[in-house]
Amino acid sequence: MKIGYYPGCSLSSTGREYNESLQVIAPLLGVTLQEIEDWNCCGASSAHATNRQLSLALAARNLALAETQAIPEVLAPCAACYNRLASARHALAKDTRAFEKTREVLERPEFSNSVRVKTSVEWLRDLAPVIQKKAEETASRSATSPSVKGLKVACYYGCLLVRPPEVTQWPTQWDDPEDPSSMETVVRATGAEPVRWNRRLDCCGAGFSLSRLDSVARLGREILQEAKKAGAQALVVACPLCHVNLDFRQQAIARKAGGEFDLPVFYITELVGLALGASQAQLGLNRHYVRTDSVLERSP
Amino acid sequence: MTHTESKKDNLSAAIRGLTGENVARCYQCGKCSAGCPMSQEMKLKPHDLMRLASFDQADRIFGDESIWLCLTCETCSARCPNGCDPARVIDTLREMALARDPSRWPRAIGAFHAEFLKQVKNHGRVFELGLILGFKLRTGRLFDDALSGPGVFARGKLALQPHRISGIDEMRKIFEKCENVENRDLS
Ligand code: SF4
Ligand code: SF4
Repeated sequence: MKIGYYPGCSLSSTGREYNESLQVIAPLLGVTLQEIEDWNCCGASSAHATNRQLSLALAARNLALAETQAIPEVLAPCAACYNRLASARHALAKDTRAFEKTREVLERPEFSNSVRVKTSVEWLRDLAPVIQKKAEETASRSATSPSVKGLKVACYYGCLLVRPPEVTQWPTQWDDPEDPSSMETVVRATGAEPVRWNRRLDCCGAGFSLSRLDSVARLGREILQEAKKAGAQALVVACPLCHVNLDFRQQAIARKAGGEFDLPVFYITELVGLALGASQAQLGLNRHYVRTDSVLERSP
Repeated sequence: MTHTESKKDNLSAAIRGLTGENVARCYQCGKCSAGCPMSQEMKLKPHDLMRLASFDQADRIFGDESIWLCLTCETCSARCPNGCDPARVIDTLREMALARDPSRWPRAIGAFHAEFLKQVKNHGRVFELGLILGFKLRTGRLFDDALSGPGVFARGKLALQPHRISGIDEMRKIFEKCENVENRDLS
């Protein structure tokens, strides 16, 4: 199986391990990732806040490239990139004037806006039966590798994965925008246990991660506190911006709140990788700020 | 005169022209603001912005920094029981505010957006290290934590070299065309 791949800027930098773990698990799940050649930044988090035509054009250039490279479906693992690409695709489908204008700006008259965009969560949810089977095989084969079995995790969707519904759930609803379950399905397939908690869809403030640190700390604290209260041993995320705020900033947030959280933050691809027997180093877990090995139980 | 400028006295009509959103439909239930992660820091909360917009109160909206505090998390638009789209309205208000007076940006937030778009224009992608340094130079916030904490480099978290895409000329053209205000006149 082949799927187009739009890594986005963060995945070669602060979110490197998201890319690394994705590259490890794709072949294990029988998937070939075809990176869109010469992709450009989707424009998050600035173009849409300042210039709508620019935000449409930046996103649409990638969709147009995918078309010319015969890629019908694109995986966009970063939730912010996904949101920009899906929003542009939706806007261009619903608004003929914007579509014409954008084709003109791009000077790509052949662009037909036919490419579908997927989050890593939807992609993995559809592969959950395969993940579960391989995870069970791995568990029975190697009793000594670190295991996520029984690990209590809080699935954190963040704000942009399932929202806004008219965009993310178009043309078909892949999950419920107010009560999604795809991430939990993937987590269960790995053998870990999703906890019930109520900050799954809250915003972590990533858009202000350079410009308004106090807001970011407040929003991050609320998420970490709730996850901890719900009995989670770790968080699972699907966005490099969420990861920066919850992993990199965790210590600073904890210091301000006068406590410790000590909650490792896994990318969903890392959790799947661990269940499939990949090593922590392969998955890039050594790049995290909050250490992950303490919660990965080792069978004797 | 651009579309945005000529209708600045009739804000609600301008918003409708640009987005199709009829702000007068908002019935002020406040659900958008109840779920908004930033509303406790906003003087004008999402439902206030909807109401002021429907009363064409451009000066009150643009004279306050609240629109710049929106994170575009889309919670408000997802939850509005009435099908309104406050997140889209706020994005449009920001674009209008910039067209009126670019100096109105709260300094740090404006510096971030400006530096971000500069990265995209020059490289086609965001070079995060350049973004952080550029942001720091623009704001003088040299000692904020902004990803400069210990171990960022040891962890390989920040690429040291920007990657320039080969379609960079195409990117520059896209920017030029979109920066041309005439092109902003979009429905
Ligand atoms: S939720 Fe909708 S109807 Fe209610 S105040 Fe907000 S925008 Fe208006
Ligand atoms: S999109 Fe903006 S206004 Fe709406 S809930 Fe999020 S931060 Fe608040």
